[in-house]
Amino acid sequence: MMSIKKYVNNLSDEDLKRLYKKMLMIRKCEEHLGEATKNGAFPGAVHLYIGQEAIAVPLCDQLNDSDWISSTHRGHGHFIAKGGDIKKMMAEIYGKSTGICGGKGGSMHVADFKKGIIGANGVVAGGMGLAVGAALASKMDGNGAVSIIFFGDGAANQGVLMEAMNISSLWNLPMIFMCENNQYSEFTHTSEVTSGKIVDRAKPFGIPKYEVDGNNAVDVWQAAYQAVQRGRNDEGPSFIEAHTYRQRGHVEFEYTFLSRNYRDQSEVESWKTNDKDPILRLELYFIEDNKFSRDDIEKIHKEVQDEVNDAVKFAIESPEPDIASAMEHMLEE
Amino acid sequence: MSKQRMMPAINLALQEEMKRDNKVILYGEDAGISLLGQTTGLQDNFGRERVRDTPICENIMTGMAVGAAAAGYRPICHLLYGNFIYTGFDSIANQAAKLKYMTAGQVKLPIVYMAVIGGGRSAAAQHSDIPYPALMNLGGVKIVVPSNSRTAKGLLKSAIRDDNPVFYLTAAGGGRPEEVPDDDNYLIPIGKSEVINQGDDVTIISIGPMTLKAVQATKKLNEKGIGVDLIDLLSLVPIDEDTIISSLKKTGRVIIVDEARDTCSAASHISAILSDKAFKYLKSPIKRVTVKDIAIPYSPILESHVIPEVADIVNCIEKLLESN
Repeated sequence: MMSIKKYVNNLSDEDLKRLYKKMLMIRKCEEHLGEATKNGAFPGAVHLYIGQEAIAVPLCDQLNDSDWISSTHRGHGHFIAKGGDIKKMMAEIYGKSTGICGGKGGSMHVADFKKGIIGANGVVAGGMGLAVGAALASKMDGNGAVSIIFFGDGAANQGVLMEAMNISSLWNLPMIFMCENNQYSEFTHTSEVTSGKIVDRAKPFGIPKYEVDGNNAVDVWQAAYQAVQRGRNDEGPSFIEAHTYRQRGHVEFEYTFLSRNYRDQSEVESWKTNDKDPILRLELYFIEDNKFSRDDIEKIHKEVQDEVNDAVKFAIESPEPDIASAMEHMLEE
Repeated sequence: MSKQRMMPAINLALQEEMKRDNKVILYGEDAGISLLGQTTGLQDNFGRERVRDTPICENIMTGMAVGAAAAGYRPICHLLYGNFIYTGFDSIANQAAKLKYMTAGQVKLPIVYMAVIGGGRSAAAQHSDIPYPALMNLGGVKIVVPSNSRTAKGLLKSAIRDDNPVFYLTAAGGGRPEEVPDDDNYLIPIGKSEVINQGDDVTIISIGPMTLKAVQATKKLNEKGIGVDLIDLLSLVPIDEDTIISSLKKTGRVIIVDEARDTCSAASHISAILSDKAFKYLKSPIKRVTVKDIAIPYSPILESHVIPEVADIVNCIEKLLESN
């Protein structure tokens, strides 16, 4: 794989540090969730974003609260990257009253509309229409806001993607199709269930396409920059396929119910090296280019870990939801 | 007041509401040319930005409404035929009906999903369904079923102004022109039914397209000296329980006329409500006049055999009264 250095041109050291810290925040939240789920610390299942942080963060880094994102069942990373509050996210996953959705959505539905986070989604490709609808609203408002659908290689096989690309191109909507190809559709390798190249699916719709190394934050940032500018300038939709790897299972704890392995552990380990893992690669770049010392990096780790620990503490100490809230919010009064 | 048929009355409501609120947008297949007449002229008056012709893609159309509503618009998603609700059902059932709840009320979703429902036109099984039983079970959507041009206007305006997803389901045609108020604030509240005939012997609760037949049945029964309390239900979610219960208390006998297939029909749910809440007032079992659990056939003779007719309603009531 290419060193990140080749891609760094219009990004400052401060930019990279900001991306790095956010990616680390996602990583440490997810690591906590991966551990805590083993002890049954919270009620539901979690789908972790570990290994894919270099996709959500560089794209969302270029967005503001009036831009929209719609995401997936693997949605914690998108939520954090778009500025979602980690305390409220953690409390939500713990099913508490202080959660961003009052404990009624859980891991697969973390959302914060005030921050343009339409939310994670439990249905594969379920967020597609929501993002296109928000893009239509932005287009009609003429405010230069963009709308992003994060989706996986699995969702790329849902028919609604074709409908979304067709209508986005037809109406020149400020849409960004951000496909995170993490190589697994649940427990099946993508190559077994996907024909052709996913990114090529944009071509017949006349949608500009970018194929990037999804484990290289800078590569993603540059493609995202093109896509975001196109959207802001009313130039229509863009499609990015970011190649990455799902370091964790489809869902945590999956080996307790799967009858056999679906991939070799050696394959998983091969993506955790410091030239492949998106966070280690940034650290390697920082050190090789003398941007930061090992100590600086340790310090950042500690800062981020402290913040995650605070969020976890907040979640654990928060009260359970009021029973009466189960009956609220189905319809607007 | 002016006499109008159903589709022009719907068109009038759309014109008025789009004029009143520029956040109201409408999109659908053939919205410009308008297959049945609901959207005729809207593009001329409000432009192709606010009134959009879509590709044939219900799957995304239903979801787009959720996204556009969350982002501040009041979309009307025109789905043509009720059966196409099934095609777009994922975003209806998994997104529109649940997003507010899942996010603890963070978002308002003022959406109207509009379609024509029911048979009687030899449109066969894939264009004649009554899809509201499945929608009623979602919980997170309102459902209105106007029966004539006046209620069509009043309920559509209320649906557009409501901050929830509302299914607006009408018959495709039929019915005579009725007086429709010109008032551009003529609203019929969602969740309120109308008693359109008063009588002491039996209550008929009729739903949407069946009301026309229930009115004719009522006339025939009146001629035979049978007094009918006829309730045009108008809303399925929420249901006007007060009105149907108080009518049952008066008559002690209820039949529900519903064009849905019988199993888990609106009629069976209403029947359950009434036996739960007013059992002691019942003089006889609650009867459902519905479609059997079969698809709607094409041939007119078969179709009219399957869909409840005036005579079915009259016979049902006569049997009910005889048995007591």
